[in-house]
Amino acid sequence: MTVLMQAHDVRLHYNVGGGLFAQKGVVKAVDGVSFSLSAGQTLAVVGESGCGKSTLARVATLLETPTSGELAIDGKPTVSVDAAARKALRLSVQMVFQNPYGSLNPRKTVGDILQEPLVINAQGNAAARQAAARAMMAQVGLRDDQWARYPHMFSGGQRQRIAIARALMLNPRILVADEPVSALDISIQAQVLNLLMDLQAQYGLAYLFISHDLGVVRHIADDVMVMYCGRPVEHGPKASVFATPRHPYTRMLLAATPSVDPTHRKTHLTIKGELPSPLNPPPGCAFASRCPHATSLCTEQRPEPRELEGHLVACHHAEAIG
Amino acid sequence: MPSQLAIFWRSFAENRGAVFGLGLMLLLILVAALADVMSLHGPIEQFRDNFLTPPVWEEGGTWRFPLGTDDVGRDMLSRLIHGARLSLMIGFTLVAVALTVGTSLGLTAAFVGGTVDVLIMRLIDVILVFPSLLLAIVVVAIIGPGLFNAMIAVAVVTLPGYVRLARASALVELNRDYVTATRAMGASMRRLMFDTVLPNCMAPLIVHATLGFSTAVLDAAALGFLGLGAQPPTPEWGTMLSSSLQYYQRAWWVLAFPGFAILVTVLAFNLFGDGLRDALDPKLKR
Repeated sequence: MTVLMQAHDVRLHYNVGGGLFAQKGVVKAVDGVSFSLSAGQTLAVVGESGCGKSTLARVATLLETPTSGELAIDGKPTVSVDAAARKALRLSVQMVFQNPYGSLNPRKTVGDILQEPLVINAQGNAAARQAAARAMMAQVGLRDDQWARYPHMFSGGQRQRIAIARALMLNPRILVADEPVSALDISIQAQVLNLLMDLQAQYGLAYLFISHDLGVVRHIADDVMVMYCGRPVEHGPKASVFATPRHPYTRMLLAATPSVDPTHRKTHLTIKGELPSPLNPPPGCAFASRCPHATSLCTEQRPEPRELEGHLVACHHAEAIG
Repeated sequence: MPSQLAIFWRSFAENRGAVFGLGLMLLLILVAALADVMSLHGPIEQFRDNFLTPPVWEEGGTWRFPLGTDDVGRDMLSRLIHGARLSLMIGFTLVAVALTVGTSLGLTAAFVGGTVDVLIMRLIDVILVFPSLLLAIVVVAIIGPGLFNAMIAVAVVTLPGYVRLARASALVELNRDYVTATRAMGASMRRLMFDTVLPNCMAPLIVHATLGFSTAVLDAAALGFLGLGAQPPTPEWGTMLSSSLQYYQRAWWVLAFPGFAILVTVLAFNLFGDGLRDALDPKLKR
């Protein structure tokens, strides 16, 4: 399997404040994320709101440049190169957004929306572009007579199909999906997820799948990365992470997943408290303030990811938990 | 499913005043377009034996001059009709100029940001500080009176509204995902500005332009009245008012009709603009 995207210790820090009276600060939105993504594979990034998932998505689509670290697409670096080289690589990563109501231009018809990527990049002539767009519509399950309709005439699920079709128009090799189904009804979620999986099988796409829904992740992912406060706390193959979660945060997330099967309902581990402010993170483990296993070691020294039971865990007490 | 235009028309037609305004507006445009055919006499043609002839229904009126003549024997109706052409032309030109320049400046401020944004917006704030007519007088005083210069002055003082509106709407749209998506496709800044963001900012700008039309007509007439706009014998309504001010006790028609014409024009465009705003604002839709 060819590795399409490789992130090495990617960090994205924002400088904030520094006004007349405000104190200067640094928000560590993404703080040391490494992963590799191969063709035909799905890496799911999970975590609660504000943990840096969406920022990671923006970094992966090259909309934001990391402050440090390196992100390679197809083996070519993207951080240390000039704008022209970045632009060329950017086209091989496209994005599907969370909100299908905001991600489609309300003033354009479906046909125009699908042809736009080709027009921008001057690919083919008008007839070829139209043929490609119509073929893509059929591919994602839209009818040909919906060509001239505007986004407001479609349901959420259909809009997300249009968004997926648009993302695929440039034949990207990597698709970054930022919570693509969380705004949809459960029944529609399954349809869109199945469409994504079919497309992946057909084109060998690599997915960076951002989600907070572990049920969805269980369905679609190959690898799982759990993020907390901008840092990965647990990262590895889905089976291993779900079967033997070692980080207390992952365990709590899994315990919080709703299930209809009473035998699957696990012990009630609840997460207390709020995320620490990313503006002023504690020196040790970011999760220490909410962790039942926290010791003085946790508040003093930041745990680095280490290999345990086939996946990476960033916790001092990972062996003792479980 | 009805087309967007049909939906728009239905919510627009609910507002009686707006439809009335639209009708009045179309009538004015028709009159302005057919000015040469409709007027009985030339706008600056003098009839030396008919100074201050009253309108036809007053004693001494004649059908030759339905709305009477002014102090130098020119037919009021013909002058008003030609004035309509002039006023509408002033209005459209001003709105077009202010809309184009203002929108470009506003979009640039929103897209480029940083120092450019601060520079443009502070400049606009400076313009906003002065009362608009006063500033227009200053501009005319600098570049000299005349219709063209008055139009430049009015364009300058109406600019801030368009710039601020365009910038504010563009900033909102810029945060939408579809802009991010277009950017991820590698779209150029120009394409993002004019093809992606601008069409979605147009609704408030169109409304503002329609309402700004009446302001433009009014300001141009005010400058004309002060002798700083169109110069006699141009049949501009404001200029007509000022040149006949001294006869108001003797011949009410030389003042009443140009004033009434300004009123009707401003009213028509205001009513239409109001209706447009209500119809285009999704928040007011049930």
